[in-house]
Amino acid sequence: MFDVEVEKLTKCFGDFCAVDALTFNVEHGEIFGLLGPNGAGKSTLIRMLTTLVPPTSGTGRIFGFDIVHDANKVRQSIGVIPQAMTSDLDLTAEENMSIFAKLYSIPRDKRRRTIRELLKAVDLEQWADKPVKMFSGGMRRRLEIARGLVHEPKIFFLDEPTTGLDPVSRVAVWEMLSRLKRERDLTILVTTHYMDEADKLCDRIAIVDHGKLVALDSPLKLKASIPGKNILEVSFSEIPPGWENVLKALPEVAEVKGEDHVFRISSNNGPRTTTELLESARAAGVTVTSLSVQSTTLDDVFVHYTGHQLRDALQAPPASSSPFMLPHR
Amino acid sequence: MNRIWAIIERDLRRFRRSPTLIIVSMIMPLVQLVVLGNAFGGKIKNLKVGVVDQDHGVPAVKLKEMFQAVAANARTFDTIPYTDQATALRDLREGRINGVLNIPPNFSRETLAGASPRIALVEDNTDQFSATALEGTLNQLLVPYNSKSIQPRLTPNATLSIVEIYPYVPYIQFLLPGTIVLAIFVSAMIGGGIIYIDDKARGLHEGYLVTPIRKLELIMGFNLSGAIKAVIAGLVLVTCGSIIAGIPDPLNILRLARLLIVVMATALALISMMFLLMVRVNDPLVPRAIFGVLNTVLFFPSGAVYPTQSFPAWMKVITTVDPMTYAVHGFKELILKKTGLLAISYDIAYLLGFAVLTMAAATLLFRRTL
Repeated sequence: MFDVEVEKLTKCFGDFCAVDALTFNVEHGEIFGLLGPNGAGKSTLIRMLTTLVPPTSGTGRIFGFDIVHDANKVRQSIGVIPQAMTSDLDLTAEENMSIFAKLYSIPRDKRRRTIRELLKAVDLEQWADKPVKMFSGGMRRRLEIARGLVHEPKIFFLDEPTTGLDPVSRVAVWEMLSRLKRERDLTILVTTHYMDEADKLCDRIAIVDHGKLVALDSPLKLKASIPGKNILEVSFSEIPPGWENVLKALPEVAEVKGEDHVFRISSNNGPRTTTELLESARAAGVTVTSLSVQSTTLDDVFVHYTGHQLRDALQAPPASSSPFMLPHR
Repeated sequence: MNRIWAIIERDLRRFRRSPTLIIVSMIMPLVQLVVLGNAFGGKIKNLKVGVVDQDHGVPAVKLKEMFQAVAANARTFDTIPYTDQATALRDLREGRINGVLNIPPNFSRETLAGASPRIALVEDNTDQFSATALEGTLNQLLVPYNSKSIQPRLTPNATLSIVEIYPYVPYIQFLLPGTIVLAIFVSAMIGGGIIYIDDKARGLHEGYLVTPIRKLELIMGFNLSGAIKAVIAGLVLVTCGSIIAGIPDPLNILRLARLLIVVMATALALISMMFLLMVRVNDPLVPRAIFGVLNTVLFFPSGAVYPTQSFPAWMKVITTVDPMTYAVHGFKELILKKTGLLAISYDIAYLLGFAVLTMAAATLLFRRTL
């Protein structure tokens, strides 16, 4: 049995399907990343799995419990960090934790101990009795991570936990998540649109676009799955006729994509292709105006599978629109 | 049960840290009590009445002396002599005086001839209250003027004797019960309407919904914490308001205990109603937008400011279902008439029944998903 089993899970708002027949499984103990642009359906998927939004069709199971029929058992066994920061600014860190411990009916003696342990685990021990309004964004996010673990769940859902944080806080949050996962034997399902984070921290990544699953594997395998090991981005002062064919004929070249004066060349051997490219250019009397060689990144994987860069898309409409708002045309 | 307390605890801790909103909800009704209570219901004084004497006879002089006596003592009006009627009427139209009293040229002759003489009061009837006060005073004045110096031995006229069973109730005291209800309402509106929807919009409820809390526990938690805040607002008004309005023995413990029961029943009824209205709302603008409308629709038909007997039929329908009607009635009995709980058992039963019904409806409509 997998910790999370998702089968043809679909959520439509009218004609628009935010999540379109997604199928995947999450194994125990892995950090599973859902990667996709804003509006790809990541949040809707997480909300379905955490019982906040009922699916239109398909099934989802957490530890074998159905997300619709055994919703309360699902809620008892998961920890959830929603995208919006939901800790109370007027309450102290400890009070915030304590209220949630009570909502999970944790007995009093255990409550105090668990809260202290968790605040220590997220490095907020010395701020336990300070009101949350004095916290920075990163501290607040760490507190919410601790709050999500107060009932010791075995699976943890985080919806864009690092969005809006500065780079230092982002690193701190991710390091904390890796450590918590190790120490507490957690399975983590996390959404993000930061490629670099997903690459470094996730065991497996599902790339989601327009509500559909476009690729699913470990970051290494995903990068290996696209042609070439290096990407050359090169621009020229002028483009002689048939130049793209010349580039394709260079040794070790897997793929060439051109746009105006800039070419994106996937190569299995970056240094060799680069040397030959410069020689061909000199022979043809073409000046190279810029050249960069880099290893394949998840960005390249994303571009390869979706055909576009990470970009904005329409968000799913809210569950019920206000009668006081006019519809947008 | 623990989970209900967790929600209440969270709410009350927040309230303790930043009580501004609830304090505002007490200040508005208190200001209204002081201002409205003193603006209405006072005795009207110093109206200006122009007197045009076209007669100059002895009976006319006697009449004018009586006017001046009123001006000097009761001071309902001051008299201003005019020599010609045209000037007096022009001043009346231009708002410099409130009425013109005209003693016609043949007044004395008709009086002495034993005919029924007439004097005319030309009044500015755009102001009903002043006009009524003026008419009343002048009519009273004519009674002793008309009475003969030698009375017949038997007076066959029937007279009305008035027995007042309670001490005189000034308007500010009449207004107090409504003001207490208003404070509870404003607190329910802020606590149960505005803060509830703001929390929802900020995603705070999402945090609750992912925990294994049950629907009824959530609703009970929201309702009870709102009711507790409303009870606090109500009690502050019961005590401070009674002192401001000059209710005798305002801190009588037994009466305060009885009042507490009505305050609690009212708070529960109003907060449950608010919760029912807000159960499917997501937009933070909605509670702010309906605040004024709801206040007007519930407060004025309740009999808090004017007797319900004067209302048209359609408004009496609102009066009958409006929980504020029963709350206002309950407070009036306890504060102004000092009755016991038995006299208002129907009011309390209605308020509690209303709370149970609206809470049940809200539970049915409440969605445990986003």
